[in-house]
Amino acid sequence: MAGFIAQRLAKGVLVLAAIVVLNFFLIRLAPGDPALVMAGEAGATDEIFVTQLRTKFALDKPLPSQLAAYLGSIATLDLGYSVRQQMPVATLIGERLPATLLLTGCAFLISIVLGVLLGALAAGRAGTLADTAITGLALLFYATPLFWVSLMAIIVFSVRLEWLPSFGFETVGAGYSGFARAADIAQHLVLPALTLGLFFMAVYVRMTRASMLEVSRLDFVKTARAKGLTEGVIQRRHILRNALLPVVTLAGLQAGTLVGGAVLTETVFAWPGIGRLMYDALLQRDYNLLLGVFVVSSAMVLIFNLVTDVVYRMVDPRIEVAR
Amino acid sequence: MDPAPNPPGVAVSVRDLRLALPLGGDRPNAVDGVSFDLMAGEILCIVGESGSGKSMCAHALMGLLPKAVTVASGSIRLGDTDLLAQDAAGWRDTRGRRIAMVFQEPMTALNPLMRIGDQMAEMFEAHGLLTPPERRARAVALAREVGLPDPEGIVRSYPHQLSGGQRQRAMIAMALALEPAILVADEPTTALDVTTQAQILKLIRDLQRRRNMAVLFITHDFGVVTDIADRVLVLRQGRVVEEGPAAALLGAPREAYTQALLAAVPAMNPPARTPTEGPKTIEVAGLSKTYVTGGGWWRKPRTVAAARDVSFALRRGETLGLVGESGSGKSSVARLVMRLIEPDLGSVRLGDTELTRLNGEALRRARSRIQMVFQDPFASLNPRRTVGQIITDGPVAHGVSLSDARGRAVRLLGLVGLDMRAFERFPHEFSGGQRQRIGIARALALEPEVLVADEAVSALDVSVQAQVLALLEDLKVRFGLSMLFITHDLRVAAQICDRIAVMRRGEIVELKTAADLFANPEHPYTRDLLAAVPGRAREAA
Repeated sequence: MAGFIAQRLAKGVLVLAAIVVLNFFLIRLAPGDPALVMAGEAGATDEIFVTQLRTKFALDKPLPSQLAAYLGSIATLDLGYSVRQQMPVATLIGERLPATLLLTGCAFLISIVLGVLLGALAAGRAGTLADTAITGLALLFYATPLFWVSLMAIIVFSVRLEWLPSFGFETVGAGYSGFARAADIAQHLVLPALTLGLFFMAVYVRMTRASMLEVSRLDFVKTARAKGLTEGVIQRRHILRNALLPVVTLAGLQAGTLVGGAVLTETVFAWPGIGRLMYDALLQRDYNLLLGVFVVSSAMVLIFNLVTDVVYRMVDPRIEVAR
Repeated sequence: MDPAPNPPGVAVSVRDLRLALPLGGDRPNAVDGVSFDLMAGEILCIVGESGSGKSMCAHALMGLLPKAVTVASGSIRLGDTDLLAQDAAGWRDTRGRRIAMVFQEPMTALNPLMRIGDQMAEMFEAHGLLTPPERRARAVALAREVGLPDPEGIVRSYPHQLSGGQRQRAMIAMALALEPAILVADEPTTALDVTTQAQILKLIRDLQRRRNMAVLFITHDFGVVTDIADRVLVLRQGRVVEEGPAAALLGAPREAYTQALLAAVPAMNPPARTPTEGPKTIEVAGLSKTYVTGGGWWRKPRTVAAARDVSFALRRGETLGLVGESGSGKSSVARLVMRLIEPDLGSVRLGDTELTRLNGEALRRARSRIQMVFQDPFASLNPRRTVGQIITDGPVAHGVSLSDARGRAVRLLGLVGLDMRAFERFPHEFSGGQRQRIGIARALALEPEVLVADEAVSALDVSVQAQVLALLEDLKVRFGLSMLFITHDLRVAAQICDRIAVMRRGEIVELKTAADLFANPEHPYTRDLLAAVPGRAREAA
């Protein structure tokens, strides 16, 4: 197991390097010159000023040497300096990462727990009214665009009912600390986490339900019945456990999007996370920052893939982890 | 309901059992008025072809009928309870404790995510017996009783780490855990190799004697019946045809149906055949193929030899049998001969062309000269194409005009004994035997020189099997075909093959004429295989 993890980590580093190189060229392909954008925002069209900017940020050097310099700094875990925000990229990402992870992590938990629970419930009562209601609800959340659900949630719960705050990470200027601050953040978290989580929950509901119905037709379920086990034990121990295998695969995929997958939700709820940082960096041609976000999210995807494989190996003894 | 308990000696008494199928089926009742007594300490075999309702009877005893099947009438009396009248809790108490069941597919009947020992322990848990450590100890003892190697180790293994025979032993151990008076075994050896089958049959026999259990044994195989049954019940279309002591019923069946079934069982003595002296259609030399799985940066790969230096020749008009147990490489050799997989070493000559050297268009054209009939008549025909399309596709792909191909297809349908109207119908409208005929017509449409039949009759009932074998024999003579016949069933091989090659672990251990092989088996493995064929006693008598 340790050997497997070491091997995968070594491969992961290679993959990450390849991703960095690819991304580096990819964003250079996009039209637009950061020096011109900066000069434009400064209100200057002076050719000399633009040239100065280029020299200052090494944009005048040939691409290969820019790449070499970038790879060199990445290797020392230095993500570079954001020329727009006048701050180290690592600091910027470090400031935003907790908020994003809090949001996506909560959404992840909500979607898995609710999804599997409701899916199992629906499968156990397949064909009944409860089943129809659950699958109908899941379909609704799955089919409705995320931003629309977000906006409706704001209108209903913030504007009309005034139960929850409609945007932001915490109440600005309230000066809460400790427990009060946590409660304040939690209140702000409810709407974005729920809207983001409900979409994935719908996927888990449908997958768990379909997978359980499929497993319930397998021979070993009949064996379990032939032992005289109660229906509850059969559902939990024999059907659900086997049905969870594809759900683990999907959860691994979703976990990979934990860092960069909430752009829409973060925008609607003005959540100060990585997604919005990335979006702004894109508009401002902030190459270093954009690359930094890419590197961090790629690393996250690689790590979560590894975690998924390890989890898979733990839940399914038949798997010899793929090399 | 008759409240009287069963007379002494009767373990289970089934009276006038009627199981209704959903409306719109081919008959109203899966089981129609079946009555029988299962005596304590005897093995009662229920025999029948597919669709006879034998499996339904077994499942009715466990209350495990499919949802669509309902009990219309009748009673199943165990001691002083009518099983059919009890509620869900009553069924749970009966299952496992009073009646236990062993299923057909040991590969799928165990939960792949649970250790063998835990699955055995569940038996006690389900009935609230013993403490967890006691359950574990009992699991080890049970594993030992059914002859599993290294019982302490095996209870900690997962099902996929066991062979098919070991899994079936584990299933039997589980079924015996609570010492039920009755064991229901639904085709428990059908999915196993002959040598393993012989061992499992012996195990069931021994355990039944030791514990004086009543066993209800469901099978379609008269060989197995001969080896294990005390009494036999023949079912046909949900009705009892005939019932009696095994020796009497098998020796002198009263009913015409039973007689026909017994006559359809292929005999172990090959009919006399004149050796074929035609030119060699296929010459295989030094064919080797090794599969490598796994292996990584730090791990040694696992290798399986599917073919090791396999050489044989197939003459025009000859049928060569490849027999062996699962994993012996017989199907791999067939695929290598057709070049569906690439050999590591060796050559296959088809007439005057070196098949292993061809590529691209030349290989595509040569392919039409060897055609295959597959094992599963349900999976091997595209369900969305009509029979006519299925048969004409091949010739059309090789440049025959559509009208010619159609004419040929209609002629072939006639030859394989199907109505011309079959042309416009879809595969699901036919029975297994009819589909296999379609598969044969499809293969012949390309006018091949060689027919490769991979377990082509294994999925069929004996009576249908006999018909398809006769059809293959007839077509072989008519078209001057050579046939490579792959089978695990030595009885079938005896009937249709001129020569037989016995394979084990990718190697041909013995290759000679069918008559010679059955009369004078030389290799110890061949002798083991022949000795394990069920029902030899009946032939010897």
